[in-house]
Amino acid sequence: MRHLLSSADLTRDDVRMLLATAAEMHEVQRRDVKKLPTLRGRTIINLFFEDSTRTRSSFEIAGKWMSADTINITGKGSSTSKGESLRDTVMTIDAMSVDCVVIRHMASGSAHQVSQWVDASVVNAGDGTHEHPTQALLDAYTMEQRLGSLEGRKVAIVGDLTHSRVFRSNAITLRTLGADVTLVAPPTLMPSGIGTWAAADGLTLTDDLDAVLASGPEAVMMLRVQRERMSGGFFPTPREYTVGFGLTRDRLRALTAANPEAVICHPGPMNRGLEISADAADAAQSLVLDQVSAGVAVRMAVLYHLLAGEEAAA
Amino acid sequence: MSDLLLTGVTWHDADGTGHTGDVAVREGLVTEVGRVEDTEGLTRHDADGLTLLPGFVDLHTHLREPGREDAETIASGSRAAAAGGFTAVLAMANTSPVTDTAEAAERVLDLGRAAGLVDVVPVGAVTKGLDGHELAELGLMHRSRARVRVFSDDGRCVADARVMRRALEYVRAFGGVVSQHSQDPALAGSQACCHEGELSGRLGLPGWPPVAEAAVIARDAMLARHTGSRVHVAHVSTAEGLDVVRWAKAQGIAMTAEVTPHHLALGTELVAGYDPVFKVNPPLRPTEDQQALRDGLLDGTIDAVATDHAPHARHDKEHAFVDAAFGMLGLETAFGVVHDLLVASGAMSMADLARVMSTNPARIAGLAGHGRPVAPGEPANLVLVDPTATVTVDRDASHSLSRNTPWHGRTLTGAVHTTILRGDVTAREGEPAPC
Amino acid sequence: MRADDTLPPAGAPRTVMSETDVSRALRRIAHEIVERNKGADDLLLLGIPTRGVELARRLAALLHDVEGADVPVGELDITMFRDDLRTQPTRAPLRTRIPATGVDDQVVVLVDDVLYSGRTIRAALDAVADLGRPRAVRLAVLVDRGHRELPIRADHVGKNLPTAHTERVMVRLSGVDEAGDSVTIAAGETRAGRPSTPGGAR
Repeated sequence: MRHLLSSADLTRDDVRMLLATAAEMHEVQRRDVKKLPTLRGRTIINLFFEDSTRTRSSFEIAGKWMSADTINITGKGSSTSKGESLRDTVMTIDAMSVDCVVIRHMASGSAHQVSQWVDASVVNAGDGTHEHPTQALLDAYTMEQRLGSLEGRKVAIVGDLTHSRVFRSNAITLRTLGADVTLVAPPTLMPSGIGTWAAADGLTLTDDLDAVLASGPEAVMMLRVQRERMSGGFFPTPREYTVGFGLTRDRLRALTAANPEAVICHPGPMNRGLEISADAADAAQSLVLDQVSAGVAVRMAVLYHLLAGEEAAA
Repeated sequence: MSDLLLTGVTWHDADGTGHTGDVAVREGLVTEVGRVEDTEGLTRHDADGLTLLPGFVDLHTHLREPGREDAETIASGSRAAAAGGFTAVLAMANTSPVTDTAEAAERVLDLGRAAGLVDVVPVGAVTKGLDGHELAELGLMHRSRARVRVFSDDGRCVADARVMRRALEYVRAFGGVVSQHSQDPALAGSQACCHEGELSGRLGLPGWPPVAEAAVIARDAMLARHTGSRVHVAHVSTAEGLDVVRWAKAQGIAMTAEVTPHHLALGTELVAGYDPVFKVNPPLRPTEDQQALRDGLLDGTIDAVATDHAPHARHDKEHAFVDAAFGMLGLETAFGVVHDLLVASGAMSMADLARVMSTNPARIAGLAGHGRPVAPGEPANLVLVDPTATVTVDRDASHSLSRNTPWHGRTLTGAVHTTILRGDVTAREGEPAPC
Repeated sequence: MRADDTLPPAGAPRTVMSETDVSRALRRIAHEIVERNKGADDLLLLGIPTRGVELARRLAALLHDVEGADVPVGELDITMFRDDLRTQPTRAPLRTRIPATGVDDQVVVLVDDVLYSGRTIRAALDAVADLGRPRAVRLAVLVDRGHRELPIRADHVGKNLPTAHTERVMVRLSGVDEAGDSVTIAAGETRAGRPSTPGGAR
């Protein structure tokens, strides 16, 4: 494994190995001395063109706990064709002989493009509305901690699928692990071509959240509705969205009745009262805080497997 | 000017009948075909195995001058055009400043004449500054030395139906035509950058749905009927859009259409690697659309092949996919691609190729001296092509100032051998004559 | 050619410790540990995966027989502390499990199957240091095959086994491997400091 650009890069064995490693890293986090010498002498650049305190700090801590030198660079937006090109920006960084570039960018595919240009390993920490593979790994890790193997488990992903990189990566990783994935969204927030895509990848589609909850899924993943989408004509009003697709108190009750063991995930940050009610966010079956705590362990696992091993085989 | 004798060459009559023999060119005109009795003063060119066609006419070229001379100049674009077998190119108006005045049009004309390798025919903007609201000086551009007949806001759609209607009414008076970039901006986000479908959904890229093209073509067809004016559909890219063109033609509406070599031959799947060299507007479409476009070209629904040659400086393509510039090079590869795809495969004859790459586009643009048959008395705007040559495209060998060719590394059967503009050789075996 | 048929093929393993030898060596090591520590108080056995863990468990059982004491056993994976990570593909780290006593002020006995270059033990010392501050750290190994690359020696050795670099030492333990206990030696080079993997050679 040289780069982690898409969840589709990972075989089932890769995912299993990463999750097993993450579990050990999670143990290390409970110690007084959390620092491992594993990546001593390695340099990791966190290149973030888009704000994300949560993801950036968890990559930074992950690197530091394995003794890598981690440097944060905040890229300026490159939404116009004027000014420095993305390639120029990353080539400047690559010229410093870094070992790994962790990139977050508002443009889909940017991590793929960067991986073509640089010598360093590239980790996609979220590219536009494309993918966020480490998020999918930490979601799978968190769910497995509660549910055991995800093989054959029913997982519902609910919300703005069109604009969600979390959904795209999760749908891939969950299928890789053998979960039974149902997508729930209003038709205007279903990605283009989802019909053939879902058929090809074995995903179930519906806009009936209540029916999905009544079927007793083992996990329900609520996606964030971006504030800027609310007036974009994707749905009439926040209220109508909540009534149709929010995990309200009543729906939490229905879910618990159908499956008392069901867990609730949300990649954060949450819009309480919109896609998820406070009751659901703070419920005993909510994994929201577990997800955050797993973030560092999973990113340690990814950095370890990308950077610790032998150089790419000749 | 040297007078030429092409020996052993194959050419076609207007009706497509093929002949082999000699062709004499004197003082910029074809003077004799078949057997040339008096070869006194003629420079002999052995053209055994080559085919002589009317010089290609490109309805859709971006030459970037004025404004982006780092990407292309009228001189460099002319070299690329000559190397590609073109004797006339229509230079799109989306330069900086925009070609929206008589002076701007004349300047493009003059720079083209100064380069002297190809007739550079300015296209006028439909609206001032391509803003889509106020009509540009359509009449003054037409009355200028540039005699502008084709108007386009290409790169942008004339989305406002009222503006489109007025433009059509206005150009009808002098036989002009509006070449429309058919794409309803309201049906796609401002960041749309590829075909909307399963792949764009997976890639997380905002796309253009085919209906955004078809809806505008349908509206323009109705406006053309209403105004009695002529609409040309630039770079049709979808089966849906093509269906509307077919319907409009069946209704007797004055609508013509062009297709690019890349929409005929390249599919949307190329976008999967996020390489901006494949980012183009309109976007590459799925296989079914490519097939429909080929069928449409063969059955005459599509009148012409146009390159949409769109050079871009390297740094404008080295952004994230959604931020990178739209467009790809096309002048030097157009013949090879069309020949390889359609003629070498037997779907189309060489005479058909001449029709869609020369005769029809010349007629649409109103260029009297181009797209003429190979016959005595006709202007010697000609191209010799080698149907058996195979060429592997090398972007670094391009005469364009830019390198954004999607054909790099592909091997094509069929190559341009010699381009002749009014009797002068403007390019030979890929090398343009000095300007 | 026919005469050669009676000879073992080159590289065929030769047994250097039988099941009885292994069990006798462990019993002796258990006695030594108690003697050195003057009893079983504050002892903590940390096995290095995979076979070191099995050996540590067996030693704990023997200590129970000898002293009647329940000596806690832990597992110490040293993957993340290795100095040769860059020379081989990564693998998921194995378990590290430290008993509730922790390592602070304990007498930690590291247990491994084969002592060779000493690099594994160097990594183990680093790993232990990150877990706390033991009163003392000792080392017990079933086999010491020599060829040290670091100034490290074992306190308790089951068998000193002179070897050549070109030989491999293989430890098999029931409970980890399918076969019963044995130590064999065979021709075929193994790079020093390779992690012990199930069925692997050292």
